[in-house]
Amino acid sequence: MTAAMSLVAVPNRARSVKDLIFKAFLFAGLGIALGALLTLLVNVVVTGSARLNWDLVQNMPSARPKRAGIQSAIFGSLWVVGVTSLISLPLGVGAAVYLEEFATKDRWYNRLIELNVQNLAAIPSVVFGILGLAFIKRGALSLGSTVITASLVLTMLVLPTVVIVSREAIRAVPDSFRQGSLALGATQWETVRRQVLPNAFPGILTGSILSVSRALGESAPLLMLGALTFITFNPTGLDSAYTVLPIQIFAYISNAKKDFEPLAAASIVVLLILLLVLNAAAIYLRNRFQKRW
Amino acid sequence: MTQQSVPDTQAQQTAANRDFEALDARSDVVLTAHDLSVFYGDFCAVRDVSMYIKRGEITAFIGPSGCGKSTVLRCFNRMNDLILGARVEGDVHYHGIDLYGPQADAGEVRRRIGMVFQKPNPFPKSIYDNVAYGPRVNGTRRKSDLDAIVEKSLIGAALWDEVKDRLSSSAMGLSGGQQQRLCIARSIAIEPEVLLMDEPCSALDPIATARIEDLMQEIKKQFTIVIVTHNMQQAGRVSDSTAFFTTEVNPNSDRRTGVLVEFDRTQKIFSNPVDPRTEAYITGRFG
Amino acid sequence: MPRGGMRRRLVAEKVIKGALALMAGATVVVSVLIVLALFRPAIAFFQDVDIAEFFGSVDWKPLFKPAHFGVWSIVIGSLWVAAIAMVVAIPLGLGAAFYLSEYASSRARTIIKPILEVLAGIPTVVFGFFALNFVNPNLVKKLWPVGDVGTYSVLAAGLVTGIMILPTVASLAEDAMNSVPSALREGAFALGSNKREVSTSVVFPAALSGIVAAIVLAASRAIGETTIAVLAAGSKAQLSFNPGEEGQTMAGFIGFAGIGDQPTGSVGYQSIFAVGALLFVFTLVLNIISIRVVRKFREVYD
Repeated sequence: MTAAMSLVAVPNRARSVKDLIFKAFLFAGLGIALGALLTLLVNVVVTGSARLNWDLVQNMPSARPKRAGIQSAIFGSLWVVGVTSLISLPLGVGAAVYLEEFATKDRWYNRLIELNVQNLAAIPSVVFGILGLAFIKRGALSLGSTVITASLVLTMLVLPTVVIVSREAIRAVPDSFRQGSLALGATQWETVRRQVLPNAFPGILTGSILSVSRALGESAPLLMLGALTFITFNPTGLDSAYTVLPIQIFAYISNAKKDFEPLAAASIVVLLILLLVLNAAAIYLRNRFQKRW
Repeated sequence: MTQQSVPDTQAQQTAANRDFEALDARSDVVLTAHDLSVFYGDFCAVRDVSMYIKRGEITAFIGPSGCGKSTVLRCFNRMNDLILGARVEGDVHYHGIDLYGPQADAGEVRRRIGMVFQKPNPFPKSIYDNVAYGPRVNGTRRKSDLDAIVEKSLIGAALWDEVKDRLSSSAMGLSGGQQQRLCIARSIAIEPEVLLMDEPCSALDPIATARIEDLMQEIKKQFTIVIVTHNMQQAGRVSDSTAFFTTEVNPNSDRRTGVLVEFDRTQKIFSNPVDPRTEAYITGRFG
Repeated sequence: MPRGGMRRRLVAEKVIKGALALMAGATVVVSVLIVLALFRPAIAFFQDVDIAEFFGSVDWKPLFKPAHFGVWSIVIGSLWVAAIAMVVAIPLGLGAAFYLSEYASSRARTIIKPILEVLAGIPTVVFGFFALNFVNPNLVKKLWPVGDVGTYSVLAAGLVTGIMILPTVASLAEDAMNSVPSALREGAFALGSNKREVSTSVVFPAALSGIVAAIVLAASRAIGETTIAVLAAGSKAQLSFNPGEEGQTMAGFIGFAGIGDQPTGSVGYQSIFAVGALLFVFTLVLNIISIRVVRKFREVYD
């Protein structure tokens, strides 16, 4: 029983080999993902470095690469994303409030709505473009290729995400807040307005910003709406023709002339910076308003 | 070298408590702890524990909540390694070998010193795969070998008759008591020398508890058992030696630190304890 | 008898509840519109075009004269891009997920998770640029052994689509692994397993339903990805088993045709909807599979 006992690990070739392979697998995953991101960013910055100056932002698109810029695209993006947010955020938060606070969970129509929202979130974005093409640009509404068309389509695209994120934020508010309010005689809506929404606000805000940044980067649905046209002016109203940054970038990429390559890359840098600012704002606001119960 | 295989008298135990090198060398002592302390970050959870575990016996750790019984238990199979910020000071020896020495491999330690947890935690696999898990990890591949081990372990855990016809069904379909016996079978399948049990019956009903207590008596000759229990009567029923822990005020923290108060033969602890704190706990005046 | 003030509050309450319900209902309206938008013109399409040709042949030139309507070349194109993307995203994504869930210190996590989120937030047009401008000329052209690689290749599009969906796989798989109770890990460690064995033989099977759902969702996104396909895969719909060649996917065709501003009612216009309907069916089926698989695995292990 007391023969030479040791607690030293028994060397096992097969086991060590498997351990090594697994470790390699782990680091490959991360390494390649990080490497790809880095390569992409370096590639874009290096290719576009020559054109990264204020002219880029001040000039309008042009057939002459040396004079071309993206001003109309930047303003177009601001208009389109702005209108999209104005429509989709109240709509999405309202739907989330209904589903979380008012709907009886096991009614068939409420379950249908839930399932529906989840399905919509998984539909390819280009399908929303097709929908816009059929009914909004042409068809029933025939609004043509305008700011409002783009906004309506993008609203339908981001709406499911806004609903899902807002629901999570609302669900995170402890029930005790609701009970306390109702026990004092407040109605359901008053409870929602005074207790739930203010407390769910940080989460809803973060989620909204993320949805907005998604809308800013979308290209596929807008391709279907005829946004790929040469626009050299900033939008003046909802019925304006427009272009947005991702689409203008697409145009510059597709242009066969080699000189447009740095322009496309520089425009990408501008888009990425805008997105970075938005996301940083989201994170900052989330941390600032973080509530701990 | 004293070879002792009869229960120590109280005097002998006290003397032994002070002489760890002699203890380490004894062939009937499996584990020794000498001035063992465990820290979570800066907080001292339990301090200066010195005791030993005799082969072929059941040793019980009793005491109120938070006194470090489970913490000490988990030192014996290095499960505290898994907790971030946990630090062990002092010595724990297994047959004289330092468990925390530079050469000691945690996996090897755990193969010799197994553990059953408070809440049964069978894997979401079949009953067969649960029991075969340990042997497979240790290199047993042949189906015939595994079949034999599974059967032997399930018999050893008093579960074979109930499950022999449905070894491939999911372990999650068993009752709580059955799941715990499955976990015991799983642990003994790799033939450890010691089995640590951390409040194994606290999540079970009285009937399941009784079955496991019977099982413990059956297997104690083959597997030395150390059991942490909140149930004093259980300790009295089942164990040969008992270690009583309690908490004391910690000057550096508002949380209390665990200490080992008294460690002796179970009969002595329950009939004639030395320390007044032990007596207060045993008689139910606190705890 | 409720006093006037109370009655006003209750009425307002009802109105508000109704308004909110309408907002929720709007989401259903969107779904209905999608189905209408896709299937009505698709049906009209099949009145002009022979279904047998659509599903039976491989020559896809609906926008040219003479027009051909064999859809298989773009379906295979989609499957190729998705398959390549999965080959990239599944091992790398799972590797990253295992690392984050089982191995990484909390400091490492605070660095790596945001980086993955950044990758996830990059617009597809940027990925398209990367595929066309960097991956194809520098990687595919130089390293692909079969045949000649031109400006466009299915391989470049597939690889970059894979990078695009990698964060999705990683993050959803990691969530699934994190929700495996730590008691299971403890049990495995207590039997002498090392971290790799615990990860592969306990955590992975227990998290399997979530992992499969993640993979299926990623596949659905890969099939539906439009911009990368239009920019990098090409516009020549050809049936090929060499991904180094140019090819067109279903989504790529839709994007391409959409840019071309087809006259309303023309066969070219209707083909957008027919392919759109097909794409929708593909992603819907994948979605349903994902839900079913998750449910089936849950039954086994609960």
